[in-house]
Amino acid sequence: MNMRVEIAGVEWKNPVTVASGTFGSGAEFEEFVDLNRLGAVTTKGVANIPWEGNPTPRVAETYGGMMNAVGLQNPGIELFCERDIPFLKQYDTRIVVNVCGKSEEDYCEVAERLADEPVDMLEINISCPNVKEGGIAFGQNPKAAEEITKAVKRYAKQPVIMKLSPNVTSIAEMAKAVEAGGADAVSLINTITGMKIDVHRRRFILANKTGGVSGPAIHPIAVRMVYEAAHAVKIPVIGMGGIAGAEDAVEMILAGASAVSVGTMNFHNPMITMEIVDGIESYMKRYGFESIADMVGIVE
Amino acid sequence: MSREKEKAVIVSQERLAEGIFSMWLKLRGAEKAVPGQFISMYTRDESKLLPRPISICEIGKDRESLRVVYRVTGTGTGTEQFSQMKAGEEISVIAPLGNGFPLEEAVGKRVFLVGGGIGVPPILELSKKIVCKEKQIIVGYRDSETFLKKEFEKNGKVYISTEDGSLGTKGNVLDAIRENGLHADVIYACGPMPMLKALKQYAQEKRLPCYISLEERMACGIGACLGCVCRSVSKDSHSNVNNKRICKDGPVFLASEVDI
Repeated sequence: MNMRVEIAGVEWKNPVTVASGTFGSGAEFEEFVDLNRLGAVTTKGVANIPWEGNPTPRVAETYGGMMNAVGLQNPGIELFCERDIPFLKQYDTRIVVNVCGKSEEDYCEVAERLADEPVDMLEINISCPNVKEGGIAFGQNPKAAEEITKAVKRYAKQPVIMKLSPNVTSIAEMAKAVEAGGADAVSLINTITGMKIDVHRRRFILANKTGGVSGPAIHPIAVRMVYEAAHAVKIPVIGMGGIAGAEDAVEMILAGASAVSVGTMNFHNPMITMEIVDGIESYMKRYGFESIADMVGIVE
Repeated sequence: MSREKEKAVIVSQERLAEGIFSMWLKLRGAEKAVPGQFISMYTRDESKLLPRPISICEIGKDRESLRVVYRVTGTGTGTEQFSQMKAGEEISVIAPLGNGFPLEEAVGKRVFLVGGGIGVPPILELSKKIVCKEKQIIVGYRDSETFLKKEFEKNGKVYISTEDGSLGTKGNVLDAIRENGLHADVIYACGPMPMLKALKQYAQEKRLPCYISLEERMACGIGACLGCVCRSVSKDSHSNVNNKRICKDGPVFLASEVDI
């Protein structure tokens, strides 16, 4: 039995990575997690230039989850290449760089800058609900999603994962669009747009008014969308959305995910990723699965 | 890997005032704690996933225990659940987190140690540890429920302000400073934002260094999520923009470095 998976030609030692934005660049979790134990580290979104993000409050707790409107604060690609990539290269794990932008040019500039960096995959965020321009504008229109995929693919040397938004009518249609654009994989779901009001003060809890809901409360929605996307495309699907334990991760895999990302629950238990790796292994032993591939999408 | 989310054991739980509770915890993380740091406390309610950041009020002499004094923020809240827990029960925590007050800045100086409302507790451990020429503790309360006052009195000269005037100076901590004609060379403070803003302005006028402890809604508590940033006057070297993380770069900042 082994836990290795191959995502768009890149071999991971196991199917577990982290959802972008919940794990920094990995450095903040180094004290809690042996990063060597993760299949991949997916970094916080990075743009061509530094972004300040949204005003605070940026986060709020919701029942069985949370909301955030951080707004993609990031240090820009130059500092990221100087500091964060060398940090992650100390570890035996794959590096997936999440890329954000406000225009096609922004995304392409980052992809081009990363072309000769020692990173393994790019994840293109066209699904952030918390920035006004770019991001979600590409993620809710199939034609725009296909075009941005094509554009990034012209500059990217590494395999490209397109990260999809759940805030659409048909996730299958979006997955097909980016596949047509040349995407090597898709990842989903990003957060679901929500709103929370402080009834005692009669104002919005988040400064941004709306934010992305994440955490175990949204897990069934994510499983359904992973299932639909996996049935719509031939490229691999990376599943995420409220994974709180090994069984949730297995559920995603059975629905069609070739790998999984753990997000919000890193805040509940910073050691949870390692526990999920162990738990998937136990599950495989218990039911006699020889490989992750044998489990992917078997619940039809 | 050198840190963990650990199970602390509740040693005692006590109600100090209306909605204010005190809890002593036995935990490994106490060993490294310093005044001004905080701990992340988790509820046992799986519908509440995020930790509550609570400031450290006292560090046990044994270095095996910490005291937190916290406010119950409403019905059905995580802090209400904490207040219902009893001695002997376990509670998940990450401790200690953040950076403490710079004690070395006080040596040989006249200091103000200022706490307001639920910002009062972290000033207690600071008042025990700080070595200075003149220790002036100014604590502001809403009313006569002046929790921790007796403990402060063992550690320095205490000046009280109450909003309703029931004890000490009527008004806020700055009113108490002025009424008592107090002077300092350095200020340390924790409390509500209006108090911190007023102290920052006071320190600017008097050209004093002023260290303030900030709070903000947090998610991870360890510097990863960028939920709890504050604006910084100059570009922060980590974020590469004018934002600092309160949980990781703070919660204590030099007032002149942050835009509040």
